[in-house]
Amino acid sequence: MKKILIANRGEIALRIMNTCHQMGIETVAVYSDADSDMPFVKEATYAFNIGEPAVNKSYLRSEIILELAKNEDVDGIHPGYGFLSENADFARSVMEAGIIFIGPDPDTIDLMGDKIVSRKTMLDAGVAVVPGSEEGTSTLEEAVRLAESMGYPVMLKASGGGGGIGMVRCENEQALAKSFGSTKARAKAYFGSEEVFVEKYINNARHVEVQVFGDNYGNIVHLFERDCSIQRRHQKVVEESPSPFLSDSAKQKMYDTAIKAATAVNYRNAGTIEFIVDEQENFYFLEMNTRLQVEHPVTEGVTGLDLVKWQILVARGEKLPLAQTDIQQKGHAIEFRLYAEDPKSFLPSPGIMEEFTWKEFQGIRVDAGYASRSTVTPYYDPMIAKCIIYGDTRKESLERAEQFFKGLTIKGIKTNAPLFKGILKDPDFINGNYSTSFLTNKTLITE
Amino acid sequence: MKEITSSMAGTVLNIMVGGGDEITSGQEVLMIESMKMEIPIESQIEGKVSEVKVNIGDFVNEGDVLLVLE
Repeated sequence: MKKILIANRGEIALRIMNTCHQMGIETVAVYSDADSDMPFVKEATYAFNIGEPAVNKSYLRSEIILELAKNEDVDGIHPGYGFLSENADFARSVMEAGIIFIGPDPDTIDLMGDKIVSRKTMLDAGVAVVPGSEEGTSTLEEAVRLAESMGYPVMLKASGGGGGIGMVRCENEQALAKSFGSTKARAKAYFGSEEVFVEKYINNARHVEVQVFGDNYGNIVHLFERDCSIQRRHQKVVEESPSPFLSDSAKQKMYDTAIKAATAVNYRNAGTIEFIVDEQENFYFLEMNTRLQVEHPVTEGVTGLDLVKWQILVARGEKLPLAQTDIQQKGHAIEFRLYAEDPKSFLPSPGIMEEFTWKEFQGIRVDAGYASRSTVTPYYDPMIAKCIIYGDTRKESLERAEQFFKGLTIKGIKTNAPLFKGILKDPDFINGNYSTSFLTNKTLITE
Repeated sequence: MKEITSSMAGTVLNIMVGGGDEITSGQEVLMIESMKMEIPIESQIEGKVSEVKVNIGDFVNEGDVLLVLE
């Protein structure tokens, strides 16, 4: 491959460009009117404006992006995460145009994109899923009957959902009745299907995922786990590897299960199997993300590998560069997602970032989409940067993280950096004792 | 004349009231989408809506007038 179009924006577009340029591959960026001054536009070999700020008028315009890819004679398209990355029809049309889609087979995207179908697929493959409905739940009566059979609280979820949107925890029948109609309506509005289903809510759950990679020759490996339990509104905020909570035997069992799950769908390229883990270390398949994850640098930290490079190698038909036994997990890596938002209410805080600087030192990697004097607009998600800290031990990376946030200056907008300072001082966090409700249950910011 | 303004820059996702409606303090009158998040705009005042200044899909800045009350 000599030229790759990146159908994304911000930090992930820059991240992909870095690897492409290191491999001697030219890059084509696409950008909206709101992003013309963004660092990724300047970094690309070529850059093209594809429309107005709203995502459906720019980054989701698959026909325009594909047309541009053909005109520019690119060899491959990397979709990043979000936007078109899990759109099977887009992947198909890219392939039909004779361009390589840097990701899995479109049929796998379809299969894993529907939560009910993916649950069934995993059950058939012998992978445990969260107890819940096997079919979509079309009536409230059916949902109530199911919820009573598994016991409250339950999660009501959109079948086509993702990114934390379209899911509600229901404590009892009244709550379920109240949320049923609105969740269906939201599912329809966001994902084009009003299908919803009921799942058992697991108390004090942790969210642990396994990175997998497959090639065209039937080789599938895992790249260890990431613990992503620190979340707000069901969206990840902090991720780390290794998990400070799981025992070695549970980890090994989880890797084996992830390989089994990926093998069941003949998985190709980078993917992630997400699990919910209970207090007894029982784990259940939650979903599979058929793309590069936001938090992939955590895995890069502990394995020393470049996952985007692997994606490109596999996409151009090469075998996986390493066998399972050659892949090692070394040290500890933790990622903090820096969001433009109020650290207490989590409400968005768009605006001009007058200053955005930090002190560089050993073990620090910052994947930033913005720079000093960048405008953070309200059109896209609030993530400004990912701060990835590496240490030989968890203790060392947490100490480095504390030092990093002391040396971080952001002026002009509010960010969740004060929350990270609070998390890093919290004894439960320091001891690795936390679940997905950690941020809901704690007051970490005192100033 | 009293006005309800947007607390945040974003796109108008939904308008829950119309001209002539009586609204109360604390009532959700509009939904704004900003940074992939839905943010309800609550009225801090009560009164009768005389004019809706925005349409669904409009982009509004912080401080823009959304509704005018009598």
